[in-house]
Amino acid sequence: MTDLPTLGVYVHWPYCARICPYCDFNVALDRRAGEAEALADAIVRDLQTQAALIGPRRLVSIFFGGGTPSLMDPARTARIVETAKSLWPAAPDLEISLEANPTDAESGRFAAFAGAGVTRLSLGVQALDDASLAFLGRNHGAEEARRAARLAARLFPRLSLDLIYARPGQTPGAWTDELKAALDLGAEHLSPYQLTIEAGTPFDRSVRRGAFAPADPDLAAALYEKTQQILEDAGFAAYEVSNHARGAAARSRHNLVYWRGEDYLGVGPGAHGRLTLADGRTATETARAIPDYLASVGATGTGLTVQDALNPVEAAEERLLLGLRIDEGVPLADLEALTLTRLPDLRTQGFVQVKDGRLIATARGRPVLDRVIAELIL
Amino acid sequence: MTTPLDRIRNFSIVAHIDHGKSTLSDRLIQETGGLTSREMKEQVLDSMDIERERGITIKAQTVRLNYKADDGLDYVLNLMDTPGHVDFAYEVSRSLAACEGSILVVDASQGVEAQTLANVYQAIDNNHEIVPVLNKVDLPAAEPDRIRAQIEDVIGIDASDAVLASAKTGLGIHEVLEAIVTRLPPPKGDETKPLKALLVDAWYDAYLGVVVLVRIFDGRLKVGQKIKMMQTGAVYTAERLGVFEPKATMVDSLGPGEIGFLTGSIKEVADAAVGATITDERKPTDEPLKGFKDVQPVVFCGLFPVDAANFDDLRAAVGRLRLNDASFTYEMESSAALGFGFRCGFLGLLHLEIVQERLSREFNLDLIATAPSVVYHINQRDGSTIELHNPADLPDVMQIESIEEPWIKATILTPDDYLGAVIKLCQDRRGVQRELSYVGSRAMLIYDLPLNEVVFDFYDRLKSISKGYASFDYQLEDYRKGDLVKMSILVNAEPVDALSMLVHRDRAEGRGRSMVEKMKELIPPHLFVIPIQAAIGGKIIARETVRALRKDVTAKCYGGDASRKRKLLDKQKAGKKKMRQFGKVEIPQEAFIAALKMDED
Ligand SMILES: Nc1nc2c(ncn2[C@@H]2O[C@H](COP(=O)(O)OP(=O)(O)OP(=O)(O)O)[C@@H](O)[C@H]2O)c(=O)[nH]1
Ligand SMILES: C[S@@+](CC[C@H](N)C(=O)[O-])C[C@H]1O[C@@H](n2cnc3c(N)ncnc32)[C@H](O)[C@@H]1O
Ligand code: SF4
Ligand SMILES: [Mg+2]
Repeated sequence: MTDLPTLGVYVHWPYCARICPYCDFNVALDRRAGEAEALADAIVRDLQTQAALIGPRRLVSIFFGGGTPSLMDPARTARIVETAKSLWPAAPDLEISLEANPTDAESGRFAAFAGAGVTRLSLGVQALDDASLAFLGRNHGAEEARRAARLAARLFPRLSLDLIYARPGQTPGAWTDELKAALDLGAEHLSPYQLTIEAGTPFDRSVRRGAFAPADPDLAAALYEKTQQILEDAGFAAYEVSNHARGAAARSRHNLVYWRGEDYLGVGPGAHGRLTLADGRTATETARAIPDYLASVGATGTGLTVQDALNPVEAAEERLLLGLRIDEGVPLADLEALTLTRLPDLRTQGFVQVKDGRLIATARGRPVLDRVIAELIL
Repeated sequence: MTTPLDRIRNFSIVAHIDHGKSTLSDRLIQETGGLTSREMKEQVLDSMDIERERGITIKAQTVRLNYKADDGLDYVLNLMDTPGHVDFAYEVSRSLAACEGSILVVDASQGVEAQTLANVYQAIDNNHEIVPVLNKVDLPAAEPDRIRAQIEDVIGIDASDAVLASAKTGLGIHEVLEAIVTRLPPPKGDETKPLKALLVDAWYDAYLGVVVLVRIFDGRLKVGQKIKMMQTGAVYTAERLGVFEPKATMVDSLGPGEIGFLTGSIKEVADAAVGATITDERKPTDEPLKGFKDVQPVVFCGLFPVDAANFDDLRAAVGRLRLNDASFTYEMESSAALGFGFRCGFLGLLHLEIVQERLSREFNLDLIATAPSVVYHINQRDGSTIELHNPADLPDVMQIESIEEPWIKATILTPDDYLGAVIKLCQDRRGVQRELSYVGSRAMLIYDLPLNEVVFDFYDRLKSISKGYASFDYQLEDYRKGDLVKMSILVNAEPVDALSMLVHRDRAEGRGRSMVEKMKELIPPHLFVIPIQAAIGGKIIARETVRALRKDVTAKCYGGDASRKRKLLDKQKAGKKKMRQFGKVEIPQEAFIAALKMDED
């Protein structure tokens, strides 16, 4: 059974208690009576239908992302997990992750999620002071988040914390203190993200109005370097641009599926998948709006609206833009469809290196990786 | 359509820029019922997108108005709205040749400006009867009495019965119409003579093909008639005839004095040259019309497709645009860095900008324009003289005896408050003062100026130092020897020939400095540091550096982001088409002209 192709499963749970002003994920407020129940049922059915499409696999991870999956009834989480396990044989080290918001209400359900099989909690702490949390529009305080983190550290085998930095007015000194304080919360995995102003969000409008300005590139670079240095000193390896883990076992198995170009299947509204099928690598996508998703599953058994075969160039471009984000890089063999005209230049300039047949972004290349990738592809 | 000559009036509306010609046209069209108020919009005749965005007229436009005058008779009035900006003076001259009279619009608060003078003198040269209209009397700052006196003083025409009007409120519009009927002369012409018509304008229409605007002087033009282009000898059949009211209305024929349009499957652009005489094939006239005087472009630049593969598209586009704009010239050229393109001539920098923009919009082309240059005369050691249109072609300095550059005579009117600043600008640009007098409370300066100091940004500078109040007009004067040197711009140590230019030795350092500063702003950060230098011969006279990019990486990139990021890269690929690669550096297309617009103190 070990020689079966592997599979990760992404489950999108779109509901949030409140919509944060920076967020451009596919999210919704839970307003329609009975909809969440119907969605959980639809997800189960979608899993079954898509399973028939892809054939036998070995299940290596399930990821509940959102939205806010910690708002889900844990019994439904359990049912989805059981369904997946019944469809594919699970690897012994199967990882089951769930994204959670650190409110007291949700912490109260952590034990139940652990009981449902969740092995790894990804907690959206975002900031460690109340003023910043208010700025970010979060519905929890800093102390509440610390409590949730300490509890999660006890209940789950693995814990990761999300932080958002390079907030307006944040100095390198203040960020250093905050990051060090986050290190004390007992997580072996940290995902510090620089605040991104996403098009169409309330923050985007605020910036256009001039209400606040995002960090300028010099400050952003300084904060990024600071982050690398502090976490490295604390024994956390930067195994991806914004992901740091203490020890190989703490790395996110599921997210590595993406960055390594392995197969994953997506269920729930607006979920993406990448599957290696008979006619090559296929990009899948489900209906984005909840009612559309429900209608699609009702009519066809699956929420899939897109099944695009990627041509070799597109597939290689994806490998490059995801693979260069991780420390192990990407095998050159996966990039054969690309001409990579600028590769020799970029190597000489020290933005990338080639080691054991793999193309890897250097410490110099990572902060400007988007440009490096553009240079390589264009 | 037969309208007796004495019921026709053909007139141009001329004025300084923004004095309200197009708005007055709106009111005249509305008053005579050409458009309903629902169809009406501001400056309805400014139909091109660029005209509407910039709020200026670029192309002259003709409309036929049907007016029942106070004398109870029906008149046909052909109105030609003209542009005010000096770069489009050729449009004015063409319109004047097709009419017998002019409405001179003067803003009653601003008074006589440089283009008021230039345009009214042109109208007088064309023997036009002139009706002065004092516009914008609704403005609190309007001083019609003072401006009336100014017109008499400065222009020397009788303004005692100038019409007071507001094109905004509609005041005085009826009086303008009556003045047109009673004070302007009807056209002359003889229907029994052979057809003699002037080709006033031409353009390409996606449905109709080439459309030409004609003014009939003698004879009659009928649908189905075989017509001959006298200059080229080509023969066509008049397929459709019509008039713009302002909506196109088809007619069966056009008689003497009338203005209308014609289509006839005209293939050759040369056959639709403005100024040409159209006659009857079988019974041709023996004397062609005078036509228009040729225009001499004063600014040249190279236009190249950003993607060399689009050269043929560019060739087709310049041909079609030339049909509609005879003041623009082109000739093929090739450049080491840019491949095949055209060296194009323009009447000024605004004209250049507009042509470039029209080419990219109307023909969907991405273009690179090289640094604009005037025409230099290079006297060589061997006694020969060459005309240099492109600084990149400058012969080796050892072969050059001397270089001559064009000088202009500039007329500038400015309120007294800005006189000092305007004089300083002219002096800084190597100007020689010829005259300083007063037009009412405004100073009128006459300066000799080297054209190469004027073409790039003189007009913008003048406007900014005078808060928009100074006005400017010029004529080419002569060629004079100058201490001129070739300045090159090096980007990442490689010379970019599209940016090289001739400059006066004394001005080289300042120019070089502002060029490299501008380029520094215009070139986006790359992964490496980019030095930008200005050099004369081997000597660096100014340098700047574009810093390397420090941070550019997506914070979050997971399974759902792959498609989005790939699409983003596809977009970037398209965006890259708007950049041109010089060595390892990508320069945005707009940089080539933007670099020349300097912000001096
Ligand atoms: N207050 C007032 N404003 C006017 C009047 N006539 C025109 N304007 C304004 O003056 C500006 C210029 O008007 P246009 O009609 O575009 O001027 P123009 O002479 O056609 O300009 P060019 O074609 O660019 O030379 C516009 O903002 C008009 O709204 C008027 O009688 N009163
Ligand atoms: C799907 S969200 C997390 C889910 C959970 N609802 C939460 O808010 O904690 C994943 C993470 O992306 C990060 N994130 C979302 N939008 C961001 C933005 N505009 N800039 C930076 N980080 C962002 C946040 O740290 C967030 O925890
Ligand atoms: S950040 Fe999390 S809680 Fe906030 S809107 Fe996005 S998904 Fe919902
Ligand atoms: Mg106008």
